[in-house]
Amino acid sequence: MAIEPDGWQRNREGLGVWPGRGKTAFVGWGMSPVDRRWDGVSFDRTLGEFSKVAARAALADAGLEEKDIDGLFMCPDNMAGANSGPSSQWGPTRPYFDPPYDSEDGLSIVTNNWLLANWPELNANKNIKYAPDNVPAIGAGLGFAAEMVFQGRCEVALYIYTANNMDGRYRRGGTFAAPKAIGGSQWNNVWGANVIDLQLHTTFALTQYCHQYGVDWDEMMYPIVSNEHRNGLMNDWSFYVQNGAAHLTFEDYANSRPITNPAHIWDYDRPVNAVGAFIITTAERAQRLTKHKPVYILNHNQGSGGSARSSCVTLAEYESFQKRVARMVYEGSGLQPKDIDIFNPYDGFSSFLPFSLEAFEWHGVGKGETKDFVNGDISVEGPHPYLSGGGNLGNGRTRTAMYIDSIEQLRGEAGRRQVNTSHETAICAFAPALSANYLVLGNSPS
Amino acid sequence: MPYIIPVPDEVSQPFWDAVQERRLIVQQCSGCNTLQYPPRATCQDCNSDQLTWKETSGKGHVLTWGVLEDSHLPVRAADQPLNLAVVTLDEDPNINFYSNLPGTPVRQVKVGDAVEVTFVEAPDGSLIHEWKKI
Repeated sequence: MAIEPDGWQRNREGLGVWPGRGKTAFVGWGMSPVDRRWDGVSFDRTLGEFSKVAARAALADAGLEEKDIDGLFMCPDNMAGANSGPSSQWGPTRPYFDPPYDSEDGLSIVTNNWLLANWPELNANKNIKYAPDNVPAIGAGLGFAAEMVFQGRCEVALYIYTANNMDGRYRRGGTFAAPKAIGGSQWNNVWGANVIDLQLHTTFALTQYCHQYGVDWDEMMYPIVSNEHRNGLMNDWSFYVQNGAAHLTFEDYANSRPITNPAHIWDYDRPVNAVGAFIITTAERAQRLTKHKPVYILNHNQGSGGSARSSCVTLAEYESFQKRVARMVYEGSGLQPKDIDIFNPYDGFSSFLPFSLEAFEWHGVGKGETKDFVNGDISVEGPHPYLSGGGNLGNGRTRTAMYIDSIEQLRGEAGRRQVNTSHETAICAFAPALSANYLVLGNSPS
Repeated sequence: MPYIIPVPDEVSQPFWDAVQERRLIVQQCSGCNTLQYPPRATCQDCNSDQLTWKETSGKGHVLTWGVLEDSHLPVRAADQPLNLAVVTLDEDPNINFYSNLPGTPVRQVKVGDAVEVTFVEAPDGSLIHEWKKI
């Protein structure tokens, strides 16, 4: 089944409050183990198996069974980029295995066909009525699932997101290794200005920021990254918890391997091999489930705040575009900055964070004020529990921590990470750079 | 310095042809006079497809910069650490270019440094526009 046309997207200003506001809710989430890589031999730790593990955990969290699912949203995304070399896929330079691992499907990606074929209980009662292909990555994908539930395509949606990391250096092969620059890369790769190294060009937006506002990169970014690691270490499924990481000191951070100076390795999230799953249903159905309080979806957005006029985005552009994203998100939710309790923006690269914080004006932070804010108390125990989930930087690149933490905080079930401040609303995202892929959540439908 | 070789397309071919003649040109919209780089099929301000080419002075200033230490691009990794700067064009600071600032020692860069265009050779013998401090 082909995916719906883009008409479902909320990707510009002026759309008003989302008509589906408060009419759908998260009722379950689940995570697989978080491995650094697939080891190439453990068939109980493939993305295919991990998809089942995560989905079953989400069902158990919701108090639902396979037969209750009537919408399957299996994102077949190759996180590493299918053409970026051997670390992004098992084959074709390495031999495949007997079925069901005789192709990439089930190893570096998982499609809904693979999942249905290898988890027959999921559709044993022919309960799956809606299973679109090409489901978007989690940033837009959860909004898509919510929109489809709101529109009545299904009542109980299972969304599954896979994060793949095979053996080899991440994103070093394929087009990255090419001696020629084709298409848009003729304007940046030639000089080594690769978008990944530049944190989707945000490194240079942030160096401009540092110059403009008189801020030292390390003094602003260490408190953010350190706080995320601390929060991640209070999260049982985190890669760092499962792999015994220690707290990150300033010296660890400042002396860590430089990537594109002034950005260090700790400013970049760590690729992992893992799967997350979420269950979204109607508000009415959610209210009949008793395991947890529903977490209502108040808005979803997609699209972008804008793109650079020239080779590299300027600070003025970045701030302006990020502000547009914030306006879209607030407009669709009917909320204002003062209404947002939990703020889990995307942090795949740390450089995104000062811009999202200031554009969304969370806890009143304005332009150029991030350094002072984050050098105050941003712990989950304090008055400004910024990035309470620990994000990708604190948990590994699953792109799920921001959603899971927001759900747990609004349920009041975040354990050691549970904030002491109000926890009725949340903003969460997988929204790299100037993406508008945000969700707004609330513990009340209104 | 093993630059990655740019592959011109239909829109960018005139630009790269000029570079081979050691000239730096940018697009200019006939409708609203906007200058733009990189080249596009239409004007990003008024969407006109009536675009001409304008010779530039080749003068600019460093807007910001960093140092590539562990690039995802293996071809460029051979030169690490490597200056990577963003240079604005004096005629229109909205236009900017990436540059490795050839001839400038790593980290010997300041925001606001004056630069001028130069041309360096790619591995296939073609020219690439670059910037050097003046």
